[in-house]
Amino acid sequence: MSAPQRILVVDDEPQIRKFLRISLSANGYEVVEAPAGEAGIAECAVAQPNLVILDLGLPDLDGHQVIARIREWSDVPIIVLSVRSNDSDKVQALDNGANDYVVKPFSIEELLARVRAALRARLQGVSPAAEMVVGELVVDVPRHKVSVAGQDVKLTRKEFELLKMLTQNAGRIVTHRQMLREVWGPAHVEDVHYLRIYVGHLRQKLGDDPANPQFIESEPGVGYRLILDAA
Amino acid sequence: MAQTDKRPTPEDLLEEANRERRGKLKIFLGAYPGVGKTYAMLQAAQAHLAEGMDIAVGVVETHGLAETEALVRGLEIIPRQQIFYRGRYFGEMDIDAVLKRRPKVALVDELAHTNIPGSRHEKRYQDVEELLATGIDVYATLNIQHIESLNDVVARIARIQVRETLPDKILEIASEIELIDLPPDDLVQRLRQGKVYLPEQAGRAISHFFSKGNLTALRELAMRIAAERVDAQMVHYMRAHAIPGPWPAQDRLLVCINESPVAKRLVRTARRMAERQRIPWIAVYVRTPHYESLPEAAKDRIADAMRLAERLEGEVVTIHVESRVADEIIAYAHKRNVTRLLVGRQRPRRWTGWLRETVAQQLLRKATRFELTIVSPEDEDARKDVIAGGVFASRGDWNTYLLAAAGVGLAVAMAYAVSFFLPRPNIALVFMTAVIVIAIYLGRGPSIFSSILSFVAYNLFFTKPYYSFSSFRRDDLLTIFFFLLVSVIVGNLAARLKMQVQAMRQSAQRTANLYEFSRKIAAAAALEDVLWAAVHHVASTLQSSSLVLLPQKDNRLEIASGYPPEDQLALKDWGAAEWAWEHGSPAGWKSDTLPAADWLFLPMRTRRGMVGLLGVSFKDRQRPLAPDQWRLLEALVDQVAVAVERTNLVSDIEEARLLTETEQLRSALLSSVSHDLRTPLVSIMGSATTLGTVENLTESSRKELVATILEESERLNRFVQNLLDMTRLGYGALQPKREWYDLREVTGRAMKQFSQGLENRQVSFDIPGSLPLIHIDPVLMEQVFINILDNAIKYTSQGGQIAIEASRNGGEMTLRVSDDGVGIPVEARDAVFDIFYRVRAKDARIAGTGLGLSICKGIVEAHGGRIAAQDSPFGAGITIEIALPLGQAPSMPERDAQDQLSEEVSVA
Repeated sequence: MSAPQRILVVDDEPQIRKFLRISLSANGYEVVEAPAGEAGIAECAVAQPNLVILDLGLPDLDGHQVIARIREWSDVPIIVLSVRSNDSDKVQALDNGANDYVVKPFSIEELLARVRAALRARLQGVSPAAEMVVGELVVDVPRHKVSVAGQDVKLTRKEFELLKMLTQNAGRIVTHRQMLREVWGPAHVEDVHYLRIYVGHLRQKLGDDPANPQFIESEPGVGYRLILDAA
Repeated sequence: MAQTDKRPTPEDLLEEANRERRGKLKIFLGAYPGVGKTYAMLQAAQAHLAEGMDIAVGVVETHGLAETEALVRGLEIIPRQQIFYRGRYFGEMDIDAVLKRRPKVALVDELAHTNIPGSRHEKRYQDVEELLATGIDVYATLNIQHIESLNDVVARIARIQVRETLPDKILEIASEIELIDLPPDDLVQRLRQGKVYLPEQAGRAISHFFSKGNLTALRELAMRIAAERVDAQMVHYMRAHAIPGPWPAQDRLLVCINESPVAKRLVRTARRMAERQRIPWIAVYVRTPHYESLPEAAKDRIADAMRLAERLEGEVVTIHVESRVADEIIAYAHKRNVTRLLVGRQRPRRWTGWLRETVAQQLLRKATRFELTIVSPEDEDARKDVIAGGVFASRGDWNTYLLAAAGVGLAVAMAYAVSFFLPRPNIALVFMTAVIVIAIYLGRGPSIFSSILSFVAYNLFFTKPYYSFSSFRRDDLLTIFFFLLVSVIVGNLAARLKMQVQAMRQSAQRTANLYEFSRKIAAAAALEDVLWAAVHHVASTLQSSSLVLLPQKDNRLEIASGYPPEDQLALKDWGAAEWAWEHGSPAGWKSDTLPAADWLFLPMRTRRGMVGLLGVSFKDRQRPLAPDQWRLLEALVDQVAVAVERTNLVSDIEEARLLTETEQLRSALLSSVSHDLRTPLVSIMGSATTLGTVENLTESSRKELVATILEESERLNRFVQNLLDMTRLGYGALQPKREWYDLREVTGRAMKQFSQGLENRQVSFDIPGSLPLIHIDPVLMEQVFINILDNAIKYTSQGGQIAIEASRNGGEMTLRVSDDGVGIPVEARDAVFDIFYRVRAKDARIAGTGLGLSICKGIVEAHGGRIAAQDSPFGAGITIEIALPLGQAPSMPERDAQDQLSEEVSVA
């Protein structure tokens, strides 16, 4: 890539903005800051960042409102900083248009991984990939073939759809609703239980240990994420 | 009379054949609501459904309880019939729909339910009988308080009046009775978790109802009933299959009913006795010509008792006799081969009591060949004559005069006899004696009367000329005068003496009464019990209804207790009550204010002020209270006031004590929490400042310090999370948001938090993939495992062992985390889940407030599970075992079963 990616950090805590600026810059990103919601939206319009890191707990506007307003005229990837115990906050943010989230307090590696995953989608464009490779996992979309470390894996149609969706969004969170809607249709967006069973089968076939997953990570109450080690 | 048969009789065989054709009834019996009868019935239904049996729900009440509703899912529900009544629609079981559908088994909840008017039958059990008759099996639920023969026992225990009753024969036609048992402690826990349905009208009866003593008594009763049924079934089986005895020879029980109010109780007692021995019983009323002169109420009582006996499956007989009731009973008993007699104790009649024995006494004397049981009525029935009605009840005055005349007659005879031995003047002494005796026993009036009569008699029979009234000497006049004087003096004296004796006896009685009351109240600890003892005592002493009104928090008056249990007061009575409360003086019936009310209210006051009102109401409101009754009432009011105040004081002291204790704990907790929050900060700040200031740090030192900052920060984060959870648990805000989860995921995430700590331990992980998904809140459960693992790491040393395993046990998933570390002493294994355990123990060995395990307990229990500390398989250390209920996962629709394996498309 030619010009460094620009990241907008919207957070009212100066300390948080400081360490984010330091670490993101050290990793080659250009950082712009905003201390509140309205300022953040304005800065987003002016600076045209490639990614926004947004804290939900802002003094002037509700974080969700900020997402909604940005989404009115831009689909810049947004990563949300959320508090741990509130699943509904995360899901709501994702539903409102955020792309991913990181739970406070977080380690910088986690955040960087999410940033990279979010930016990667942008770079690769929208055209459906023919073959996707994530670590040892290879997904061949047109041929409906999946292999792990060279070994073929036989999946049912639905299992394949799920894996395809996760792989296309590798490294990013995919909510239960999104997965259910995509594979079973809008009538089944509440049937999380189906999803559990299918993902369970999928994991088994991929040889993924749920206690120590290599491929599919579960985010309780929110959705699933395909693990992406390094970009 | 038939002897013990070895062959099944034709009746037995017919009954057996009928049993085969009829549907089978299985009753899920519970001692009290909340025990889980509906739940158990649905569980059984689900199990049968899984086996493929044809089951349908006739009517099931889930009362909005989530667990129960979950179990209904998947069962076919036959829609209820909507009946319009009094402006609303009510849903009752649609019998015809069930009959048309003809399932193998129909589920019917609440067997004792009374149907809405407009339904085919009055009661639901009659609906069930109809279903059974057509061969449909029925599963039903029932509480023991609805069983007819137990009604009064339960009322006494639970202090509630149960109006919906169910004849005992239902228990008999049931082919199976399953007792759903739940220890009282578990019930109370379920109550707290909101898993028990309480009807809105339950009101204040609930707090007593769910007291441990009450629940234990009810539970015992239910177990006894179930045991009796098991016995009965065994006997039936034996008889139907011609297995020879050892059941008892054909005894028979005869219960004698009269017009006393205790008749119904007698009937129920008879039924229970007969049931226990499995013998037939007869209820007999011996009707004498006296019957016609009984008041209507008495006649009704007899009829009621006889009807009850019939309902309870006794044989009902009326025999007509002229007199000599006891003898007739004995004769009848002989004729019917009765072996046991049951009769109520009667009080001897006031006047003729010393002349005639009661029936019970006669039977006692004569019925030597029978087993005789005399049932005493309760105190309140027997005390009829004691205090009520005043002391000098109007005696038949004419009787005394007649007796006086008789006495004089006797004296004449005696005098005549004596006249042969004594000179004439001395004969007067005989009459004097008679007059004195009459004065003592019959009072002043009759004695004056008898002295006049004596004079006449003396003149008539003992003065010349005999048998005439003529001679009237001066000394005779003097005699008369002295007779009169003597009778007046002695009469007065005797009357006064009598009155004093009477007054003393009364006062002794009153004292005994009050003493007994004090004793009862002293024994009662809780306010509820005190009030119950009070109203019960007042009611039985005064032969009235009584209740106590206490002010509530907003200074409104409320009925706190009543005997008989009463919840309502008419408007005029409330008016009297409020007036009495506001003005601090009696109001209501027969007082100066609002005398038209039915109830009389007396303010209860102590030195601290007014504590409440005591209300009494008599059945016979025309008769005013006698003065001694007033005095008694006032004394009782004072006593009750003192008792109420005492309990108030006791609870005040308790509150104060709790407050102090809470304060102490709070300050201890605060200092402990402050320590726990600050400790990680020490390391963080220390490491950070070192990094910032010290010049020549080696690379490895630098890395170590950075690692320390990270670890301690994570520790601080965990502690903060624990604090938050604890706060939420504390005010009951912890509602798990459940999803179906793989246990391995949750444990895996928790273990990731401790990668450093676990690296230095030997960890074994055994959670098989074959375990089903479990319905939990993943965030909360992760917290549970984090805490448990934190402990395991904290209390083991480097290289220590930690084993994590899970397995399925029936309807539960069991997870165990074992270590070989310091362990927990056996006596502390329960206490360790208490939030303040470590704070109280001032355990200086390991730092920390020790919130972890209590949070685990709170979360696990909020999921309906259990947690406990047990011996570790490693010998030393501890195992934390968690058991979580496995629910029924919703099933996948059939459509998905067609999901195919994807096929390879050949590559060009």
